Amino acid sequence: MSKPKSAVVLAVILAVVTGLAASATPADPIRIAYIDPLSGPFAATGESGLNQFRYAVDAINKAGIVPGRPLEIVPFDNKVSPQESLIQLKKVIGDGIQFVFQGNSSGVAHAISDAVQKHNERNAGNRVLYLNYSAVDPALTNEKCHYWHFRFDAHADMKMAALTDVIAVNKSIRKMYIIGQDYSFGKAVADGAVSMLGKKRPDIQIVGNELHPIGKVKDFSPYIQKIVAAGADAVITGNWGADMVALAKAANDGGLKVPFYTYYAASNGITAAIGAAGIDRIRLVHETHPANPNSPKALSDYITGFRKLHAQDDINQPRINTGLSMLAQAIKRAGTTDVDKVAAALEGAEFTTIGGDQVVMRREDHQLQMPIYISVHTNKNIKHDLDASGFGLSLENKIERDKVVQPSTCKMQRPS
Amino acid sequence: MFQLIFFSILNGLVYGMLLFMLSSGLTLIFGMMGVLNFAHASFYMLGAYFAFTLGLHLGFWPALVIAPVLVGLLGALVERQGLRRVHGFGHIAELIFTFGVAILIEEVVQLVWGRPAKSYQVPALLDFPLFRVMSSSFPAYKAFMLVVAIAIFGFIFVILTRTRAGLIIQASLTHPQMVAMLGHNVPRVFMVVFGIGSALAGLAGVIAGPVLGTFPGMAQVLGSIVFVVVVIGGLGSLTGAFVASLLIGIVQTFAVAMDVSVGGTLAAVGVPVASGGALHDLWKVTIAQVAPILPYVLLVLMLIVRPTGLFGTRET
Repeated sequence: MSKPKSAVVLAVILAVVTGLAASATPADPIRIAYIDPLSGPFAATGESGLNQFRYAVDAINKAGIVPGRPLEIVPFDNKVSPQESLIQLKKVIGDGIQFVFQGNSSGVAHAISDAVQKHNERNAGNRVLYLNYSAVDPALTNEKCHYWHFRFDAHADMKMAALTDVIAVNKSIRKMYIIGQDYSFGKAVADGAVSMLGKKRPDIQIVGNELHPIGKVKDFSPYIQKIVAAGADAVITGNWGADMVALAKAANDGGLKVPFYTYYAASNGITAAIGAAGIDRIRLVHETHPANPNSPKALSDYITGFRKLHAQDDINQPRINTGLSMLAQAIKRAGTTDVDKVAAALEGAEFTTIGGDQVVMRREDHQLQMPIYISVHTNKNIKHDLDASGFGLSLENKIERDKVVQPSTCKMQRPS
Repeated sequence: MFQLIFFSILNGLVYGMLLFMLSSGLTLIFGMMGVLNFAHASFYMLGAYFAFTLGLHLGFWPALVIAPVLVGLLGALVERQGLRRVHGFGHIAELIFTFGVAILIEEVVQLVWGRPAKSYQVPALLDFPLFRVMSSSFPAYKAFMLVVAIAIFGFIFVILTRTRAGLIIQASLTHPQMVAMLGHNVPRVFMVVFGIGSALAGLAGVIAGPVLGTFPGMAQVLGSIVFVVVVIGGLGSLTGAFVASLLIGIVQTFAVAMDVSVGGTLAAVGVPVASGGALHDLWKVTIAQVAPILPYVLLVLMLIVRPTGLFGTRET
């Protein structure tokens, strides 16, 4: 083929492709990047998150929060690797997407947050907003805070404040064991537990404070033996994904009967894998009503609708809906997708979640303020189960918003 | 303390024997074909998933037998239709081929079974604590794992050293041309060994799935450690794989139990450690924290000191 001819062919192909692209998108969508693991050991978590994002976006588009501008989720696989995330972030920016959601792993969150801050400082006309729906290392809204990061989950210290409030009145707990994954979040949980238990229940002895490499431990039996040998009456763990399943299984095998206070021991196969082994033993500190018993109606409908589409998957992160809805409302109020104006509209924004909670995005550090729930893994009176397993979470305690408020060291620099 | 040591030994044994079931097939295949089979851990994963699905319809016990057979047949098929054709293009091509198969299997597993972990549970018959020592219990299922692994070791050992088939396999390892001259079908021997190796990995998956979890990342999690076992034991050596598996199982389990810091250990054996300084953080790390990377440290040391591995005869 001669050169002029191939140029013509190329031009025709380009014309057809762009024509197709234009005809496929009648309304100009607001594209939102979702950067999370879609392959590798934590793919289950990322995949479930993507389902929930798409479901939430459909609901928001149906309600028409931003008139004429439907939201659209564009997934990017980061394999929970900070390096991979930065490559994906470059793609996101290159594609002209302005809003980035990410949640799995605070290690990744720090990398993205740093990169977004640097990018925005250097590229005033082409900024992106980082919306963090799940990475709960407190540092992200404290010493590492910046104007273009917003967090929609309660951070580890807020959850720990709620958890230690509950433990404080449980006089049967005298020896506490802390175990977690060896990275910023695992350390944050451990530090929070030690300092808050020290204040609220100085008589509780911390008999173990253990960190293990994330995603590398195959069998947790040796750790369980250590917990037994230490004589612990309760365990606190921030473990998630495969590390949480393996820990719960080993605890059951080793005959360890003490309560486990966890951050992420539900859904994505974890509830099903724990099964009967965790009844009345595994507790979860989380951010929305567990939907059992007496679920708020809106939450109940939302879950039922989702289950019709994904029979095996759960709404285990209602904060995804909160984050997307608050973003959509902020875009509507700002009347533009200009990142700085949307961020300004998000600051101080109030919202009623599908669980019926009043939440507010605190101006000083961009940390959403919300109540915290503590629920127990059970199969009694479960209307909305998890993993389609018959097991689910049942409400034990609700700790109000003002009880879990944490001070922030953030000194927010706003763009002038 | 007694309780901790006792259970650490038991857990170390169980974990070590599980590693052995995986590494025995890998080391046999390597010894024979000179190929590090990257897809080996994927056959382990397939074993768990096959058993999970079969278990839903037939129960655990039939699955225990059928799943490894299916995995073995699949392994033989991969050898016959894939590896044998690639063989002519040298070891690099074979290596890349097995690497591709590993990725392919992982993707297929995600397509067929989905990404979330499967609820593959211990059979009810074995779901009870076998015995209790003070406040810890030892599950019957782990004892079962131990028994199966020991039986497999005995079985392979007897086949390889006491039967005619074993003689031919061993001869094919070192003198394939000679064996072919004597009228044996060497490619078929290769296929059978590859199939048996895969079936062993599948069996390991069937019995480890309920304990270590059945999810698409399970091959990745165990894959690297199996190579460590094979290299430390000596490539191609079954005895080496056995000893190295137990060694790694026990070392890792005991390391977890040790809360002493690296600096403290060095000080105890007479190496003075300055507090502060650039390496300050390193000395504070406890042995327990580095337990999961200890096998890799062992691997590096072994390659430096004795590249043939504990019982191997050839350089890695």
